[in-house]
Amino acid sequence: MKQLLVLSGKGGTGKTTVSSALIALSGAKAFADCDVDAPNLHLVTAQNIKPQTSDYYGFQKAFIDCEKCIKCGLCEETCRFNAIHEFDVNVSECEGCAVCSEICPVHAIEMKDLSSGEMILYKDDVRTFSSAKLKTGSGASGKLVTAVKKQLKDNSDNSEFAIIDGSPGIGCPVIASISGVSMVLIVAEPTVSGIHDMKRIIETAKKFGTKCAVCINKYDVNESKSDEIEGYCCLIGIEVVGKIPFDSMVSKAVNSYKSIAEFPESPAAKAIEEIWDKINKLLF
Amino acid sequence: MKIAIPVEEKTLNTPVCVSFGRTPLFVIFDTENGEFEFIDNSAAASQGGAGIKAAQLLADKGAKAVVTFRCGENAAEVLNPAEIKLYKAISGTASENIEKFKAGELSLLNDIHPGFHNHGGKE
Amino acid sequence: MQVAVLSGKGGTGKTFISVNLACVTENAVYVDCDVEEPNGHLFFKPEITEKQPVSVNVPEWNESKCTFCRKCVDFCRYNALAMIKEKLYVFNEVCHSCGGCMILCPQKAITEKPREIGVIETGKSGEVTVMTGCLNTGEVSGVPVIKALLEKLDGSSDTIIDCPPGSACVVMESIKKSDYCILVAEPTLFGVHNFQMVYELVKQFKKPYGAVLNKSIENDNPARKFCEDNKIPVFEEFPYNEQLAKLNSDGLIAVREYEAYAEKFRQLLSAVKEALS
Repeated sequence: MKQLLVLSGKGGTGKTTVSSALIALSGAKAFADCDVDAPNLHLVTAQNIKPQTSDYYGFQKAFIDCEKCIKCGLCEETCRFNAIHEFDVNVSECEGCAVCSEICPVHAIEMKDLSSGEMILYKDDVRTFSSAKLKTGSGASGKLVTAVKKQLKDNSDNSEFAIIDGSPGIGCPVIASISGVSMVLIVAEPTVSGIHDMKRIIETAKKFGTKCAVCINKYDVNESKSDEIEGYCCLIGIEVVGKIPFDSMVSKAVNSYKSIAEFPESPAAKAIEEIWDKINKLLF
Repeated sequence: MKIAIPVEEKTLNTPVCVSFGRTPLFVIFDTENGEFEFIDNSAAASQGGAGIKAAQLLADKGAKAVVTFRCGENAAEVLNPAEIKLYKAISGTASENIEKFKAGELSLLNDIHPGFHNHGGKE
Repeated sequence: MQVAVLSGKGGTGKTFISVNLACVTENAVYVDCDVEEPNGHLFFKPEITEKQPVSVNVPEWNESKCTFCRKCVDFCRYNALAMIKEKLYVFNEVCHSCGGCMILCPQKAITEKPREIGVIETGKSGEVTVMTGCLNTGEVSGVPVIKALLEKLDGSSDTIIDCPPGSACVVMESIKKSDYCILVAEPTLFGVHNFQMVYELVKQFKKPYGAVLNKSIENDNPARKFCEDNKIPVFEEFPYNEQLAKLNSDGLIAVREYEAYAEKFRQLLSAVKEALS
């Protein structure tokens, strides 16, 4: 199954806006939201059905049995993550390394499964949409991203093609989402911050040998910065597959729970359609 | 010699799994006597470093070759010193891949993909 | 006072708010905790006075002491160790620096060595001290960089913390020592949806909070409505403005270009100080 992943480096450049439009335009029957910290794709992909949800277990966490605990304090002293205070484990800080459990002289510490999020699956006869939500303050986001992709794969056997909405940044959840994808589409923003962050996400994707393409969103907010992006991409051999103009219709669409693709006459939708044509050729 | 193939079901008549580190099972097939066993890949449920753990598992089992579609950099770093050769799987069942291997028709897997570090914890 | 600026959704204007707020605050320290994609320094263009590498500890194997018992390999929850033909292989990128292998080795054959994962750059831009945390690309977690950043603060100056997007580990780490949280909201469904997450987070952490509506529009602002419905105090509103957007895209600081913005941010600063007193 060919997978297109939409990333950006900087937040707020329009990944979900572009992904949701690409999903509609391409007719993709399989898609996923890997921004498990702040998933938004479900809001604009017409999910009328109730999703199947299940608890997600990330790391095991340490639990101290206060009846066995002799309050020697060895666990607190040894914990590298400052997760133990007054003989109690702070599960947000605990990284599940199990050192405390191993060194406790009276075996009062046990490692237990703890739900750190929720797996979400929307599936009907036609489409499969895999998503998840990390519990506020939880870790294990990289592993949850991997689980979202696996859930997509397991539930969409006949799909040739899937689109994945990624998360901002360059860390663990982004790296996990890059695994196994056929191509990364980077949504860039023509601003000083946007260009800086775009370069870092390109560098990250390249470290993993993944094919990249760039599209510039709201390019007309600053055309000279937009030209700078095109120049940079040309220099490093990355194709710019399109430029989307600032379009006030986009926020109107989003605020009515719709993808911009449902307004095909709008400038943004037209631009994204051209982007899809180019990506389609690159992918197949 | 023992060869290992990642599979999803406990039968030789099943396709080779696309993942190495997170395959649910490995079949260890002895080409000398035709005996084989299925082993659970404890690495599959790992928080991270699945490729590393899977490779350690195969090294401990005395495998001398792995037939797989993909292999990550970290797993390869374990397989190399263990002198386990990597062969590129062909699409088809584990049986078919074993036959091809015995006939010397499988090529070595040269493109090792960088590690994906897909683990949880700090982000 | 230490004020954290967060939003949930990316691109709402955390950096815009924190950079400008730092500029109107006397002798402020601006701390960029968005270590994966730090942007504040692009606006400040600070004169760098110090570069401090940030390292994590990874295991170092002493072959001569090892008895190949494999206790370390079997213990490691992150599969960062492998033992092949009596040689220990360490996989730094998946190591979580828990120290377990070192602590548990019966022969004390494992020690630790530092591995660089990022850098903290400190500099000055006008009166503002600018501290930028930057994670090296390919590294998985910015938490150690954020921890190192916050450790450098001595609390002697008013500090503005520019947080990462989201509401996970890195955000929690960034707001830990803050006295007040400014939540930045944009007037879209996505913005409000994610605003809700950080709203939950600051309540969970029992931090006092107030909101700023950025890129605000006249009618039907779902963010304004959310704040009204939940009685979240709104300190300032910055209407969407093409000129401001262009200014921002060119890496310019609004309060240093236009007095009108300086005045608005001074008002925001007063509102926060009043809320804190």
